[in-house]
Amino acid sequence: MAMLTYIEAINEGLRDEMRLDPTVFLLGEDIGAYGGAFKATKGLLEEFGADRVIDTVLAEGAIIGAATGSALAGLKPVAEMQFSDFVSNGFNQLVNVTAKYHYRNFIPVPMVVRLPSGGGIRGGPFHSANTEAWFFHTPGLKLVAPSTPYDAKGLIRAAIREPNPVLYFEYKYLYRHIKSEVPDGDYEVPIGAADIKRTGSDITVITYGTGVHWSLEAAETLSREGVEVEVLDLRTLMPFDRKAVLSSVEKTGKVLIVHEANLTGGVGAELSAFIGAEAFRHLDAPVRRLASPDTPVPYAPPLEDAFLPNAQKTAEALRSLAAY
Amino acid sequence: MAKIDVIMPQLGESLTEGTIIKWHKKPGDKVKKDETLLEISTDKVDSEIPSPTTGVVTRLLFAEQATVAVREVIAEIDTDASAKAESGPPAAKPSPAKGSKPAASVPAAPQPATPAPSPSPAASSPSPADAAKGRFYSPLVLNIARTEGIPMQELETVPGTGEGGRVSKKDLQAYLVARKSGGQMPAPGPAFGGAPPPPPEHSPAPAAPRIESMLKPVDGGELAKKFPQPGHEIRQMSNILMKMSEHMVRSVHTSPHVFAVHECDMTNVDMVRRRNAGAFQKREGFKLTYTPFICDAIVRAIKEFPLVNSQVEGDKIVIKKFINLGMAVASENGLIVPVIKNAEEKNFVGIARAINDLATRARTKRLTPSDIEGGSFTVTNYGVFGTMVGLPIINQPQVAILGTGSIEKRAVVIDDAIAIRSMAYFTLAFDHRILDGALGGSFMEAVVRNLESYDRNQVV
Repeated sequence: MAMLTYIEAINEGLRDEMRLDPTVFLLGEDIGAYGGAFKATKGLLEEFGADRVIDTVLAEGAIIGAATGSALAGLKPVAEMQFSDFVSNGFNQLVNVTAKYHYRNFIPVPMVVRLPSGGGIRGGPFHSANTEAWFFHTPGLKLVAPSTPYDAKGLIRAAIREPNPVLYFEYKYLYRHIKSEVPDGDYEVPIGAADIKRTGSDITVITYGTGVHWSLEAAETLSREGVEVEVLDLRTLMPFDRKAVLSSVEKTGKVLIVHEANLTGGVGAELSAFIGAEAFRHLDAPVRRLASPDTPVPYAPPLEDAFLPNAQKTAEALRSLAAY
Repeated sequence: MAKIDVIMPQLGESLTEGTIIKWHKKPGDKVKKDETLLEISTDKVDSEIPSPTTGVVTRLLFAEQATVAVREVIAEIDTDASAKAESGPPAAKPSPAKGSKPAASVPAAPQPATPAPSPSPAASSPSPADAAKGRFYSPLVLNIARTEGIPMQELETVPGTGEGGRVSKKDLQAYLVARKSGGQMPAPGPAFGGAPPPPPEHSPAPAAPRIESMLKPVDGGELAKKFPQPGHEIRQMSNILMKMSEHMVRSVHTSPHVFAVHECDMTNVDMVRRRNAGAFQKREGFKLTYTPFICDAIVRAIKEFPLVNSQVEGDKIVIKKFINLGMAVASENGLIVPVIKNAEEKNFVGIARAINDLATRARTKRLTPSDIEGGSFTVTNYGVFGTMVGLPIINQPQVAILGTGSIEKRAVVIDDAIAIRSMAYFTLAFDHRILDGALGGSFMEAVVRNLESYDRNQVV
C-alpha cells in the first residue's frame, strides 16, 4: 500500500500495465520528454523508451487516428488529450471510426483515450470542459470517470485490458487535491460497477468525478441535520451500473444527480429518465439534478466559483429534497 | 356601515404568533357568526377560527402561510353588507365584486378568478378528509399504502410534513409504526401513549423526532466570529424551544427538586394487558397499552395524597379537587403536554378513551388550546426512548411530576427465589417547598402498589 495522489495513481497504473503487457504504448502531445502537461506520464519515457511513449504532432485527429489504426493492428494504445476540450479536434475519428469499427468489421479496437477534464483550476472556456455527454450519446464507446486514487489506478488498468475503446475522464482538480491508500499489486476496478461511497437511507446522490467529493461533504453536513444521504459513485458512465442505481433508489425513494458538466442533455438527464421509467413506483419525490449552467466555463475566478457546483449547493439541493 | 376587524387570536397563554393555514372565505363571501373563517397553526396546535360576526368578508390582509403576531388585524367583515345581502344578491359596493382582482394591498384572496360559491346556510366547515382530497401522493407512497392495505380514505387522514403538507414516505412509515403499536403515537414521533416495547418480543425503540432538523441554520452575526465555520453551526431556536428553555429554567429556580425513584413490577399489568388485548381492541376500537394502567394508578394515588395535586401561592397552598393529568408527548415540533381533564371522574376505560382521543388528535394535529391547558399533575414516559431512570423537571405551577422508565425483564428476588419479572423504575420529582420525602415516598408506594396489585384475571 502506498499513499498516492490521484495523478500518481494514474501514472502508476500506466506503468504497471506497460510492464505487464509489451503491446501497451502511449501517445500524445508533450507526454514524453516533458512528462505531460500535468506530468501524468512523468518518468515513463525514461523507463520504456521513445517507441512506447510517443510525442506526437499537435493534431488530435492524428493522435486518435493513429491510436485506432494501431489498435486494429493488435496493439493497445493509450492516447492523451492534453485537455479534454481538445478532443473535439479528434471527434470524427472517434465517433465515426473508433466507435463504429467493431460494428462494421468485427475487429475490436482495444484503445484508451485519456481526457483531463473539468474546471476549478482557472483554466477558462478552452481548458475546463467536461465533454462526457458528447460520447455518452455515441454507441460503441465505454466511458469511465474515477473519483479517487484507488479507482483511478484500478480503472486505467481495466480500461487498457478492455477490448472496446474506452474514454477515461480524469479530473484536473483532483490530480493533486486528494491522496489515498492504493494497493501496490495488480488489481482492477471493473468497468460497469458503481461504488457506494457512503451509505444512507433518506436520499441517494448519484454522481461521479469531482461531484463525489462535493456530495460526500454535503452528506456529512446533512447527517448533522438528521438526513442520511447515500452517495453512489457511478465510476463507469457507459455502461452505467443499472442494478446499483435501482437498488439505491428503491432504498431511499429520493434522488439527486450531481455532475460538473452542464445540465442540459447531460448524463444526469439519461439517469433521470432511466429512474423514472424503471423505478417509478419507488419514487417519493421528483428526480432532481444539480449541474453547471448551460454556458461555457467562465475565466474570471468569482464567475467560475459561481458557475461550478460545490458542497454548499449540493447540501442546499439535498435539504430541499429532504423537505419535499 | 359597520366594519368589524378580525384579529389574530391568542391561542394559548405562551403564544405570540400564529400562522394562517387556510382561509375558508374570500373577499365577497358571506359569513355567519361562528362559521369557520380560517384555520390557524401555532407551535402547539392547529385551530379553526370562527367568524366573530355575521356579514360579508371585505378584506383578507394576509395570505395563507403568513405568520402574524397575535392581536394584529387579519381580516375585515362588513356587517351592514350582510343585511343587504340577506334581502337580495350581494351587491355590497365596498366589497370586491366576484371575479374582480383584489387590490394590491390585499395579498390574501385565494383564486379571485373563480366565482365565489354561494354559501348555503347548511354549509359546514370541511372535514379533514375533505381538506385532504386532491392531495398529491408520490408513486412510492401509493405503493406502500397498497402493500400495507391502507385504503385511500385512511391515507387521506395521514398527516403530511412534506412540501405543502405532502405525505412523504417517512410520514407514512411513521403512521404505520404508530398504527401497529396501538395507534397511540402522534406521527411521526413517539408519544407518551406509545406502548413500551413489550417483553419478550423486543422491538427497537421508536426513533426520537429529530428536533434539530426543524431548526433553521442562521447567520450568527457576532456569534459567528466567536464560533466560526466549519467547526460550528449556528441555528435559531424555535418558539417552542425558547418557551421550553424559559419554562425549565424558571421551574428549577422556583422549586427545590427532590427525586424519589421506585421500582415497580409490571408483570401483572403486562399479563392483564395481554389477556384483554383482543377483546379490548374489538370493543373500543383501539389498542390496549400500558399507559392507561399507569395513569389510573396515579389518579388513585393522588386521591390518597391530594397534596401532590396542588400549587404554591405565596404562603398558601391551593389544593385542587380535580385531577387534570398532563401527558408529556414528544412531537416533531418539540415537547407538548395534552391534558386528561377530570381524570378523577373517569374509570379505567374512561381514562384509556381520553388518552386515545388526545393521542389521535395530537397525531392529526387537531389538539385545541384547551387540550394543553390546566394540568394539575404531569406524567412523562421517557421509557419509550430506552431510558431506565430519569430525573424530570416539574411542570410549573404544579408541584410534582412522575416519570416512567423503560419496562425490561429483570431477574428479581421474590421470597428468596430468583424470578424473571417485567420491571420498571418510576421517578417522582417533587417540590420540597411543600412536599417532603415521607410524602413523596408514600405517594410512590401507592402508585407502585396500585400497579402491582392488579389481579392477573381482571377484565378491563
